[in-house]
Amino acid sequence: MHEVSICEHLLGILDHEARQHGVTRITRLKLEIGRLSCLDPDALRFAFDAMALGTIAEAAKLQIDQPPIRATCKDCGAATELDSRLETCGSCGGTRLDILGGDEMRLLEMEAA
Amino acid sequence: MCTVCGCGGGKETATAGEAVKRIDDDKPQNHEHDHISGRDHHHHDAQVSNARHDYGSGVAGLHVPGLSQQRIIQIERNILSKNAEYAAANRARLAAAGVFALNIMSSPGSGKTTLLVRVITDLHNRYPIAVIEGDQQTSNDAERIRATGAPAIQVNTGKGCHLDAHMIGHALDALPLVTGGLLFIENVGNLVCPAAFDLGEARKVVVFSVTEGEDKPIKYPDIFATAELMLVNKADLIPHLEFDLARTIEYARRVNPRIEVFVVSARTGEGMPGFYAWIDRHAEAARATMKAAE
Repeated sequence: MHEVSICEHLLGILDHEARQHGVTRITRLKLEIGRLSCLDPDALRFAFDAMALGTIAEAAKLQIDQPPIRATCKDCGAATELDSRLETCGSCGGTRLDILGGDEMRLLEMEAA
Repeated sequence: MCTVCGCGGGKETATAGEAVKRIDDDKPQNHEHDHISGRDHHHHDAQVSNARHDYGSGVAGLHVPGLSQQRIIQIERNILSKNAEYAAANRARLAAAGVFALNIMSSPGSGKTTLLVRVITDLHNRYPIAVIEGDQQTSNDAERIRATGAPAIQVNTGKGCHLDAHMIGHALDALPLVTGGLLFIENVGNLVCPAAFDLGEARKVVVFSVTEGEDKPIKYPDIFATAELMLVNKADLIPHLEFDLARTIEYARRVNPRIEVFVVSARTGEGMPGFYAWIDRHAEAARATMKAAE
């Protein structure tokens, strides 16, 4: 459900950017959605398709980048990559991880017709 | 609609005994308020303690700041940057008043309001306390809080599943914030969506009741990862349940190694002194920060 709210925020930014740049139709959006953010890409696409109807972004394709989560293990010091909060250190199985980022929700670029 | 702050047209109605503010972003109307009054946000008619803010009466049954409002160009922009701006303004306002603000999140029925009633009853001689209550509908929770004598603002989100920082800014306009006091923001009962929205609070607290099952922290990790404190509530029921407290704490620490935990019963008062000592530490720090800034 919060994907709807977040799409409202996104559409607000797009509307503004479009006015600023004289864009009347947006064909592609590139987003960066961290794997530790609260957003599920499929739910976001579903919400966006519904919310963007009738806007300049209604035909926009969403390109969603999900960079891997980088973390450092506090037990063995290894650098590791995670897909979710519940994963353990790939080297020693430790659960005490320093997680670096992963909660991004950013609009990186838009492509206009 | 206000083009400076983006808040909606001021269609306001009053019902018996309370003021109801309706905010319809889709219906531009005459809307006057002062943006250069020296305070850092905007003000509508402030109805202290009996006000209910209704964000669900628009066409979509949902109010979301950021849509068809003031825009600021940024490339590579955080999608929730608008909410972040409102949250920063709320945080600055609370810090300037030396108020320690907590965002209380949980599933529906975990006992948040009962817990707040207990806190107010126990601490009202030591702190001025104010409450913002978030629910989709009704003023029931704010009425329970007001019955203790504390001021409370009810924010109704309509179909919305969480509070956001813009709603809190408006609620703060209508609340008497007393220097050195406590502000409790009871979020909409939901273990998912509130995790995403910074309200400008000093600390996030997740309330988890023992009837919910040990594995909630790993089923809904985002909210447990974002909170600094977990209150395990309804501890008085543990003898009647098959509930593994140690496993719950282990799961919570797996998603958030830094989370602090108190096991409490809002009904009996068991364990609450630990929570109060935690509040004392943070409230003292909030006052010290305010004094240092003076």
